Amino acid sequence: MPLPTHARSTLRRDPLQSRWLSPLLLLLVWEGLCRLGVIPAHTLAAPSSVGSTLAQMIGSGDLPINLAVSLRRAILGLIIGATVGVALALAAGLARRGDAWIDPLVQVKRTIPVVALTPLFIIWFGIGETTKIALIAFAAMLPVYINLHAGIRGVDVRLMDAARSFGLGRAALIREVVLPGALPALLTGLRYALSISVLMLVFAEQINASAGLGYLINNARDAMRTDIIVVCLLVYALLGLTGDALVRAIETRTLAWCPALVEA
Amino acid sequence: MTEALRSPLQIVPDPLPPEPVVRLRDVSRAFGATVVLDSLNLSIAPGEFVALLGRSGSGKTTLLRTLAALDPPQAQDIRLPGSRATVFQDARLLPWKRVWQNVALGLRGRDARPRALAALEEVGLAHRVDAWPLTLSGGEAQRAAIARALVREPELLLLDEPFAALDALTRMKMHALVLALWQRHRPALLLVTHDVEEAMALADRVLVLDRGRIVAEERLLAPRGSRGAIVRDLRATLLRHLGIDVGGAAYADLLERHA
Ligand SMILES: Nc1ncnc2c1ncn2[C@@H]1O[C@H](COP(=O)(O)OP(=O)(O)O)[C@@H](O)[C@H]1O
Ligand SMILES: [Mg+2]
Repeated sequence: MPLPTHARSTLRRDPLQSRWLSPLLLLLVWEGLCRLGVIPAHTLAAPSSVGSTLAQMIGSGDLPINLAVSLRRAILGLIIGATVGVALALAAGLARRGDAWIDPLVQVKRTIPVVALTPLFIIWFGIGETTKIALIAFAAMLPVYINLHAGIRGVDVRLMDAARSFGLGRAALIREVVLPGALPALLTGLRYALSISVLMLVFAEQINASAGLGYLINNARDAMRTDIIVVCLLVYALLGLTGDALVRAIETRTLAWCPALVEA
Repeated sequence: MTEALRSPLQIVPDPLPPEPVVRLRDVSRAFGATVVLDSLNLSIAPGEFVALLGRSGSGKTTLLRTLAALDPPQAQDIRLPGSRATVFQDARLLPWKRVWQNVALGLRGRDARPRALAALEEVGLAHRVDAWPLTLSGGEAQRAAIARALVREPELLLLDEPFAALDALTRMKMHALVLALWQRHRPALLLVTHDVEEAMALADRVLVLDRGRIVAEERLLAPRGSRGAIVRDLRATLLRHLGIDVGGAAYADLLERHA
């Protein structure tokens, strides 16, 4: 009887099954093609030159400084968006009137792609930092709101009943049952918000930037420096991965009771 | 005047029966057009162990929710004690609170934790106080739920089919536990069940609910442990009220007859 793949690989380590193999191979082929001149540097820089450019950009401070600017935009936008999303979801999830007032507005907002608001935002806020942060915040708000709202609404009524039968008042019910019950949904929302804010960061930095990763990319484009562009793409990817790891860490800390984690 | 002269002894009153802790008079409840409780009357004396039998859908849970005051109050003649506690069929522990925190839920004061630990000790769960509820077995979860009810020293303890989902051996252990706890703490206890054997083994009084009315009431005067002689007839009576005509047959022979 054949064993399932993961079981087999622990029995007898097959080097051809390593998950690193194909990316490594791709890098080698890419490097080889660049060295042979099949891919010219202005089309795509070789991995080795990307590596040295990365080291050089870190050394010169170019990368750290511009990364800090981009990070500030993403983090501020995310914090503002998540805060507004949480506040609205609490108001709508915990009070019927709040729901009647807030939910329709959010549903309307949902139908408008945030990117389409860019011209208005530029008219209102100019082309500086405010527009970028506002775009990120606006986009990040939605997944937080939608997930938390659904999480609050989806809290098990049987648990609510039980808690009520032990004399918990409204405030205690919210504190002991509703919020902990909705926490997994909130974290899911945060995870989406994180990846959306990186996405919006990339977009917002294309508008017009005098600093930041987008600024680096724009300059590199004008100079046909594909090595710098690839470095910036790597950093964007790293931002997304770091954010995801962060939320995962929060999840393992706060959701220790969850069945999937409990069994692990 | 002449009457008083004729029998003066009758003026001496009987010792008063204790005030019931629960009294429902003509209590009805309907969901839309379906009447679930139909002018139902019920009294439970302090410290009395009552079992409520009924088919699925007969209104047992609805009655229990009424006694737990879980549904929005309606203009009904209902008297309930101030302190009540409920054990539900599914233990309903909050998964994000450790076992002892579940037991201490809603307790006030600094001694909440020691009280919760004592209650858990009493139900034989001292070794699981810091566990997450989702790691408990079915029997352990029900023990925790019983501890959570018990720790409040309720005057009225409501149990809604708490053992229905347990295996036979675990169920027997839980029966013994509930009986021991009831004897020690003496709350008035209403056990909702659809298990005739369970009702006969545990209760002082067995009620049968059918279509929102109490259609039968049987007192078990024989003490627990020496009920073997009466249960055969009582089982047949109760099952008949539940709509099953046994006529003294064993369960093994019954299916054929109802086929
Ligand atoms: N919240 C509710 N809304 C509508 N119908 C209900 C509700 N609760 C119970 N019922 C109905 O009332 C009847 C009795 O239910 P229940 O008291 O749960 O029965 P039991 O516990 O004896 O199985 C069932 O027919 C059920 O469908
Ligand atoms: Mg029921």
